[in-house]
Amino acid sequence: MFKIMFSNWDALLSGLGYTLMASVIALIASLIIGTAFALMEISLHKWVRVIGKAYVEFIRNIPLLVIAMAFYVIVPQFIMQMDGFTAGTIGLTIYTSAFIAETVRAGIQSVPNGQMEGARSNGLSYMQAMTHVVFPQAIKLVIPPLGNQFINLVKNSSVLAFVAGFDLMYQGKLIANATFNTFDTYLAVGVLYLVITMPMSYAMRYLEKRWHTA
Amino acid sequence: MQNFINAYSAVNLSYLLRGLWVTIEVSVVSIFFSFLIGTLLGIARYVKIKYFSAIVGFIIDLIRNLPLLLLLFFTYFALPNIGLRLSVIPASIVAMTVFESAMLAEIIRSGIGAVPVGQMEAARSNGMSYSQAMLQIILPQAFKKMIPPLVSQFISLVKDTSLATIILLPELTQHAQIIYGQNVNYTIPMFVALAVLYFIVNYALSVGSRIIDHRLN
Repeated sequence: MFKIMFSNWDALLSGLGYTLMASVIALIASLIIGTAFALMEISLHKWVRVIGKAYVEFIRNIPLLVIAMAFYVIVPQFIMQMDGFTAGTIGLTIYTSAFIAETVRAGIQSVPNGQMEGARSNGLSYMQAMTHVVFPQAIKLVIPPLGNQFINLVKNSSVLAFVAGFDLMYQGKLIANATFNTFDTYLAVGVLYLVITMPMSYAMRYLEKRWHTA
Repeated sequence: MQNFINAYSAVNLSYLLRGLWVTIEVSVVSIFFSFLIGTLLGIARYVKIKYFSAIVGFIIDLIRNLPLLLLLFFTYFALPNIGLRLSVIPASIVAMTVFESAMLAEIIRSGIGAVPVGQMEAARSNGMSYSQAMLQIILPQAFKKMIPPLVSQFISLVKDTSLATIILLPELTQHAQIIYGQNVNYTIPMFVALAVLYFIVNYALSVGSRIIDHRLN
């Protein structure tokens, strides 16, 4: 395993880089989109709520692979050239945004209603009350699940291997095909994934426990 | 529009539905095995036997933190390297089962943990053995509360079967790819069909879970 790892270190490292890059970009983008949809889901207008809910339910119930492949296959055919990495990252973003929307919605709704009413009756607008009063209280509840979403993103970014996205899984596939030593290669790839996800998952568990008792 | 009409010919539709059937078969078998193994692992984590539970917990964490795609690759491509050759369907079921039992173990452990300790104490002091109390008192109460997270894990299992296209499991996504591979004009209709079929299966699961949850609690 170590022989494979060291003789293909550059390829594996660049794969890891692409995996992390896709995960970070998708996390930031889906955080923005997800929050927007969470706000739609709790909107005061019925139709806005329906649209938000429909988006979340629809995306959550179809596989990430189908979303990523759709971007990889359909967009270049009709709209514009798009490489695998971009298509995969857009797919990841859209898929994750639905889960983040649910997380953020739950976080906002766990803040007692009186907070919003109190802020509104003190003369803050709906948006002001959201950003200055409700969000800061919701964030503590939302951060551990968001960390778990990031771990999921790192794992899910392996679908980039389907769309030639140069990620860790893709590089592993290339190395395995070149060396025929599938066992050691995939073991090495697994170790590299764990190096990122394990510490994060323990950190999130620690945060959850600490903030839960605080 | 003509593309849609041509793409959804009887031949193509029945081919898609056959793919959907494989998806469902693999999902059901994996759900069955991973539920059994997950329950055992969840109990093993809950009872806190010295060293044993910690080791089980660590292995569960390792598996949970790996991508399922890697486990699929590993069972199908890497195990033959050390002399264990599985064909496509068993390999997919093994990989899905290993991954999902780790996910379910975590859900089941926290579900058992949510049952008040008094239940176990009362059952024990009424003369039941530990395993009797676990099976007849604790687990039924725990499963009642666990239905929503369990079903959402099953939904992600159904979605994850699509990853097995990479080892050419003849399931829904793979069949759709074959159809649009033959005619570029069918790409959009096939993706629409994929989204709709997966949505129907998974949404039915989540509605079902809501109904059962409502009845029980």
